[in-house]
Amino acid sequence: MSATVVTVTSGKGGVGKTTTTANLAVALAAGGQKVVCIDGDIGLRNLDVILGLENRIVYDLVDVVEGRCRLKQAMIRDKRLQELYLIPAAQTRDKNAVSPSDMVRLTDDLREEFDWVLIDSPAGIERGFRNSVAPADTVLVVTNPEVSAVRDADRIIGLIESEEKGPARLILNRVNYEMVKRGDMLTSDDVLELLAVELIGIVPEDDHVIMSSNRGQPVALDPKTRAGTAFQNIARRLRGEDVPFMNLEVKEDIFQKLSRLIRPGGN
Amino acid sequence: MADWLAWLASKKTNKSASAAKDRLKLVLINDRTDLTPAELESMKNELLQVISRYIEIDSNAVRIDMTQEGRQQRLLADIPIRAASRKAR
Repeated sequence: MSATVVTVTSGKGGVGKTTTTANLAVALAAGGQKVVCIDGDIGLRNLDVILGLENRIVYDLVDVVEGRCRLKQAMIRDKRLQELYLIPAAQTRDKNAVSPSDMVRLTDDLREEFDWVLIDSPAGIERGFRNSVAPADTVLVVTNPEVSAVRDADRIIGLIESEEKGPARLILNRVNYEMVKRGDMLTSDDVLELLAVELIGIVPEDDHVIMSSNRGQPVALDPKTRAGTAFQNIARRLRGEDVPFMNLEVKEDIFQKLSRLIRPGGN
Repeated sequence: MADWLAWLASKKTNKSASAAKDRLKLVLINDRTDLTPAELESMKNELLQVISRYIEIDSNAVRIDMTQEGRQQRLLADIPIRAASRKAR
């Protein structure tokens, strides 16, 4: 077995990196793949709560790097999916506790035993980002259809290219189709034209994302949700499957239809 | 009919998404080239000064634009040259 190391990054914070990492991990593991995800955000760990594994942490990434425990001891096994593991970040240390070469060494040890190593990068372009990108075979950039997120994505895509980790692939997260339809949100075509990168997924804005993170049950565990399906599709594309991009058209209810009839071209 | 089409077009361009796209286009050019709009302007002026030293150009018809080709920025200059009155050497 020789894992592919996938780093999820974004530049800007709050666009959905951790949610994306958790959901891709879950979706890949649900598809029978052996997956370990690493929280690269030392000092601000969150992948553990999104995965619902926060109560089971004993050792963390920095403990492994500094030799206080064996790699296996820091790997938390998910109870829902037997082939899913998490290596949590340290909460009380800073990003300089780990170096890019530490991350390369760590992932080299994991490559033998897994199909996928997913790294959740912190926001920003400093040490934490470089740590997360150093061992990557492929980099996914998460952004939202919004000016500051797209601008930061462009910057990070440039940095990934200069680190020779490109070409990055884009996940456009939190697309509000209603707003797109009335011309008040950048379309995926707009964003792709601006950033000139390959798209690997579009995730619609979906209340289920927050509802499921409230419970520590990533939304990809529930493929009946639109966001869950979107993440499942990205996982399949990562595996090389050719999955068409989903139609984000939301069903209009009867009142919306009526109001369109009454005010054609309006709203 | 034409009025209606114009109205439709104006309605679309007035939407905030197209404002976002237009603004981002310029911001990304500046970010990628690491040039401020003012620096870009002064570069264009210097470029024209140098060229005018050698040939006579129609400075009103000059167009110098930053364009995007994939992720590559390209400086495109269209500089019409005035027909030279052939001087005897």
